[in-house]
Amino acid sequence: MDTVMQNSGLLDIPLDRLDVSQHHLFRTGEVLPLFARLRREDPVHYCAQSQNGPYWSVTKHEDIMKVDTNPKVFSSSWENGGIVLDDAQAIPPVKDFVISAFIALDEPRHGVYRRAVQPIVSADSLRSLEDLVRTRTKKVLDSLPRDQVFNWVDLVSIELTTLLLATLFDVPVEDRHLLREWSDVTATLEGMDGFIGHENRIAKLTECLHYFMKLWNDRVNAPPKFDLVSMLAHDPNTRNMTPIDYLSQILVLIVGGNDTTRNTMSATINAINLFPDEYRKVREDRKLIPAMVDEIIRWQTPIPHMRRTALEDFQLRGKLIRKGDKVAMWYYSGNRDEEVFPDGDSVNVNRPNVSRQLSFGFGIHRCMGMNIAKLQLRILWEEMLDRFEFIEMLKPPVRTMSNQINGYTEVMVRIRG
Amino acid sequence: MVKITFVDNSGASQIVDAQPGVSLMRAAVDNGVNGISADCGGACACATCQVYVADEWFAKTGAPAEDEQAMLGFTNSVRGNSRLSCQITLTAALDGMVVTTPEQQT
Repeated sequence: MDTVMQNSGLLDIPLDRLDVSQHHLFRTGEVLPLFARLRREDPVHYCAQSQNGPYWSVTKHEDIMKVDTNPKVFSSSWENGGIVLDDAQAIPPVKDFVISAFIALDEPRHGVYRRAVQPIVSADSLRSLEDLVRTRTKKVLDSLPRDQVFNWVDLVSIELTTLLLATLFDVPVEDRHLLREWSDVTATLEGMDGFIGHENRIAKLTECLHYFMKLWNDRVNAPPKFDLVSMLAHDPNTRNMTPIDYLSQILVLIVGGNDTTRNTMSATINAINLFPDEYRKVREDRKLIPAMVDEIIRWQTPIPHMRRTALEDFQLRGKLIRKGDKVAMWYYSGNRDEEVFPDGDSVNVNRPNVSRQLSFGFGIHRCMGMNIAKLQLRILWEEMLDRFEFIEMLKPPVRTMSNQINGYTEVMVRIRG
Repeated sequence: MVKITFVDNSGASQIVDAQPGVSLMRAAVDNGVNGISADCGGACACATCQVYVADEWFAKTGAPAEDEQAMLGFTNSVRGNSRLSCQITLTAALDGMVVTTPEQQT
């Protein structure tokens, strides 16, 4: 990392020209020392020019909490620009095709849509999912090749997360690759790896809409069932929504349940290979599993930033954020804030305050699927420890090039038989 | 000191003696009460410190403020007597209060 930074000269660039939002910095890891620099020198930082125009970076844990818990000043609404720095995600690429998921709405509409699907994460629902997730996890892990090199991302992370998504929507498990494809299409914008062009993107999302409209039509007149489509079709507050509004809620549930847990499952392998002593501690004391799950979610920060738009002038750490300004809450930076998480680049299963990690956000938009994610990861750990001495990563992983998703496309591993 | 009884979902109870002036959440966390995780550390921002306040005590704790009500509204376990324990400051008037924790936080 040090060599990379010396070569790129990024640490010496004048602050007023520093743009931490460049996608490639997330693939190479160069963004982390830049965040450390901002936390030290200019924690609430204004960048006047970037691929997405001017924006503020909020890099300290305390300041991120202030922004995240003040939705009246800091809007999530797509009408004001949405929840990521790239406005393209919020602005309709063609007329009437506005993706207005509840993650990108303010009150009261956010609450209406969120409450319709919230039962999926109730205590009862989690209890009923536990056995299913365990059975599937066992099956997937038992089928892994031994003494052969394979990509953990494909055979474990994607497989497990898409299987569960298929269950939550109650679609045939054979269609799970479609969910994954629609998730990737939604989250991949211009300038990122795998962007398929605006027209193709709309075509894919239209395909997704048709698929889910059929499910809607089947379920809206059938008795209510316990799946996300049926919940939306039967809730009096959502059953008359427009098709595009419906698609929006579906997409946020797909993306939210897909990329995030998938990449944390991949990060788990990276983490135990970089910090094998921490893995050994969990092996020796399984009571540490929940803390390890939280710690890897902190360390990975699957969603590096969420963006807000100021609805009025606001003073933050002596800086004046003006009405209309774009504000990036860099969870990835707050999760490494030295004042809260010393030596934050390291995985440390004994961190006393790991539950304060920011990866799920705080306030009214806090991740709805948090407990489902933790359930999947806990069970993966339990079943991994039951089976494998270790999962050896054979070369550095390949990361995604995106300031929106901290992910991996390749984690090549071998498990000794 | 203010004496508070926490009852968990299984019916097991734990009595805690707390200083007046601290939050109910702080009293719970400092005494290792089951079922209060308080992820945000007391900022009314995560709804993982919810308690049900016994009816006879609810009026004494006061009604939840707007932001607290908003957070409670996004839990699956909210009831008419729900409060976020980080938003209740302990006073002598609450000595003897009984609260129950939900089966699962958020």
